[in-house]
Order: sequence, then structure tokens, then C-alpha cells
Amino acid sequence: MNEELIISGRENLMVDPHLHIWHWPIPLYLFLGGLAAGVLFFAALYYLMGKENEYRSAVRRVPFIAPIALVIGLAALFYDLRHKAFFWQLYTTIRLESPMSWGAWTLLVITTASFIWCALHIREFFPNWDWKYNWLKDLEAFFNKYKKHLAWVMLIFAIITGVYTGILLSAFNARPLWNTSVLGPLFLASGLSAGAAAIVLASKNREERLLFTKIDLIILGVELFLIVHMFMGFLASTQVQIEAAGLFLGGEYTMVFWIFVVIIGIIIPGVLDLMELRGRHIPAYIPGVLVLFGSLMFRFVFVFAGQVSRWLY
Amino acid sequence: MRYAMAVDTKKCVGCSDCVVACQTENNVPIGFCRDWVVEVMDGTYPQLEIELRSERCNHCENAPCVRCCPTGASHIVDGGIVLVKPNRCIGCGACIASCPYDARYPHPKGYVDKCTFCIHRVNQGMKPACVSVCPTKCMYFGDLDDPNSEVSMVLKKRKYKTLIPEAGTKPHLYFLI
Repeated sequence: MNEELIISGRENLMVDPHLHIWHWPIPLYLFLGGLAAGVLFFAALYYLMGKENEYRSAVRRVPFIAPIALVIGLAALFYDLRHKAFFWQLYTTIRLESPMSWGAWTLLVITTASFIWCALHIREFFPNWDWKYNWLKDLEAFFNKYKKHLAWVMLIFAIITGVYTGILLSAFNARPLWNTSVLGPLFLASGLSAGAAAIVLASKNREERLLFTKIDLIILGVELFLIVHMFMGFLASTQVQIEAAGLFLGGEYTMVFWIFVVIIGIIIPGVLDLMELRGRHIPAYIPGVLVLFGSLMFRFVFVFAGQVSRWLY
Repeated sequence: MRYAMAVDTKKCVGCSDCVVACQTENNVPIGFCRDWVVEVMDGTYPQLEIELRSERCNHCENAPCVRCCPTGASHIVDGGIVLVKPNRCIGCGACIASCPYDARYPHPKGYVDKCTFCIHRVNQGMKPACVSVCPTKCMYFGDLDDPNSEVSMVLKKRKYKTLIPEAGTKPHLYFLI
């Protein structure tokens, strides 16, 4: 038997008895950031492929989710800071070692790009929109001229944002559950599937819906593969990582992970997508909502479970 | 210069005087502490072994908290001491999540706080508060680069270990065993 106890009565708030420094704003932001990244990725991709008119929702309408999601996400992040008056210190330096530092700069770029993209497509929703001031009109003309460049910036920074939401966690070797490089691609895949689901939910064009149902199905498959891959990695690794995986394999997060994230969030919508593609009519909102829900739950489960996992000494 | 501390687990009785001394010296807010005492019970009755360790920030050479800090508030000063600049800290909690020793905590004023090796005392030639009050004199503090310092001498003589060396942090808090 080996038992370790802190006998001097340490009860540091948010650290003891186990770490709980990050609450709901962080997973909420990770979800919204991933969703925005997914939505902007597809908008930029299909614009650059010249399919703007075929996939009108994906390129012109759904991106309006992105700035809203990003602003809510940033507000959640700000709310979570404990020394709020000093948040601007983030933008006085770039530290490449710290994912949070370059992530903050990435967010600045992607949020700005998403606002500009939406401004260029504002007539989708308000056909008679007038910018009123000449300088705003000039600005619109300027960005219309360089729309392709803007799309490239969006495409690249959407990928960085998607990966960053995962790397943010995987940079912490003190938390064995987070400390796996699969988290980057896994969070990117989860964000892209949320983006595709949002397009399926919003699109009124059957052809577009079928395309994004197909994309969603492929990404869900990749996600499932990465999850299996992650567990294989954990179980073949050190004792602390075996114990971290144990949180999902019989431990306290087993039910919530497998039921909400894997079954409801990946497998059921995947099967429904498959049925839709085989010609059965499935109401589009069912798989769409399930994927978004699964994506959100995935962040919550991962952020909370990661804080329970630790090195034992 | 490379400050380090060694704690003799054979002499420590777990009285927690170091904890109270630190709280008093550094005006640590009530309900928090920068150092703490761990008791490890090993074996089965009647063959039991107890190890007592007074723990604090390890002032790691490869400090994950400094690496992940987005603003550079967490930094390493001369002598290898890891410190936090309160007016650069945004209170994001990344360093708290990154510390395998759970040595940091959010100060009620918002910034992150931790052991400073009592740098304000050390700079005046005194020992850290915890070391200076220890009734069994089980703690040694000094400069590792100086072969005649208290800590270098005792590490030469005795067997020691560090906590979670496999985390790659290169800690500078040694436990004599």
C-alpha cells in the first residue's frame, strides 16, 4: 500500500483536491472556436474552388455564424480570466512556445477576417444594404478586389484555429490525458464536422445538403479513427497515461464520453448520414443537431476529465 | 548562480512550521499556501514506512509554467528562481494547469501566486522563511554552483531524489532519502 496525503491542510482554491481551474467558459469557447473554424474553412475552400454559386449557403450565408461564435467565444474567454484588467498584455508579445499566445493572435486575425467576409456578403440578408459612408464603400471595393487573398487567409487561419483549440490542451504535460499530439487533428476534425453540420442545417439546396452530408460522414469517420488511435496511444504509453485513458475506460467519465460523445455525437449521426446518402429521407436537423451536440460535449468532457488526470508521486 | 533547496525526509517531522512561516512572511491570503507537507505511508502494518516531505515550487530549469505563459508574466530570474509579474499576469490559469506539482494557485486579487524562494530575503543574505524556522533544521538552501554552499555539501554527502523527474522539468527541490 502506498498512500500520499497532504497533512498541512492545503486547500488552495481551484487546485485542491484536484485541479479545477478551467470551468465552462473554456470548453464553450473551444467548441465555438472549432465551429467558426469549420464554417470559415468550407466557405473559403468552396469560394477558392469557384463553387460560390453552387454552394451558396456554405460560401455566403453560413459564415455569418463565425463572427457571432467567435465574439461569444472571446467573451467567454475574457470572462474566465481572473486578472481581467490586464488582458491586453496578451497583445504586447508573441511567445511561440505558448500556444495560448499565438492562439490569441490567430483569433485576432480570424475574427477580423470573418467580419470582413460577412461584410462582403451582407446583401445576402439585406439586399438593399448601403454602407452610407464613402470610406466604407471604398473599403468594401478594396476587399472585393482582394477577396481571393482574404479567402486564403481564412482557409489557413481556420485550420490553425481548429488545430490550436486542441494544441492548447496538449501542450500541458502535467495533465496526461491532454498530453497527446492526436488532440490537434482530433479537435480540428471535430470543428470541421461541426462546421459541415451547421451548413447541412442551414442549406435549402438539396445538392449542397447531400455534399455536406457526405463530407460530414467522412469527417466523423476520421474522428472515430482518431479517438481509437488516441486510446491505443494511451494504453501503450506510461502508467500515468494508462490511468488517464482509464477515466474513459471504466472510470468516472466513461458513461458521459461513450454515450454523449461517441454514440450520440458520432455513431448515430454517422448512420443517419449514411441512410440519407442511401436515399432514405432523414430530416436534416437530426444528424446536424446531434453532431453539434456531440462536438460541444466532447470539449466539456475533455476539459474536465483532463483536469482530473495527473502525475502521481 | 543556481539556487536550490534540499529537504531531509529523515529529519522532517511534519510539524508544518514551514507552511505557517511562509504564510506569515509572504502575507499569503488566508486559505492558501505556497508550501505544504506531504506524508507518504508505504507498506502494510506492522511494516510501515513514513516519508515526510515539505514541498513547494520546484523552480524547474525547464519550467512548463514559463513555457506556456502567454504574456511572459512567468519568468526565470538570476539564480534560476521562477517568479510571476502580477501586472503582466492575466490570470488565464495556463501555468496552474501546466504544473505537475500543483505548486501555483490563483491569488484572490486575480494574478497567479507561488513560492518565490523568498527572493527578497535571499537577496539580503538571509535564508527563505521556511528554512529559517525549521525546528529540526531539515532544510538546506544555497547556490548549487558554489561547491561550498550548504545545499551543495549535503547533496554531495547524501542520497537524494527529485519529484517526477520523468516529467522533464529538471526540478531544483531535492529530497534527501
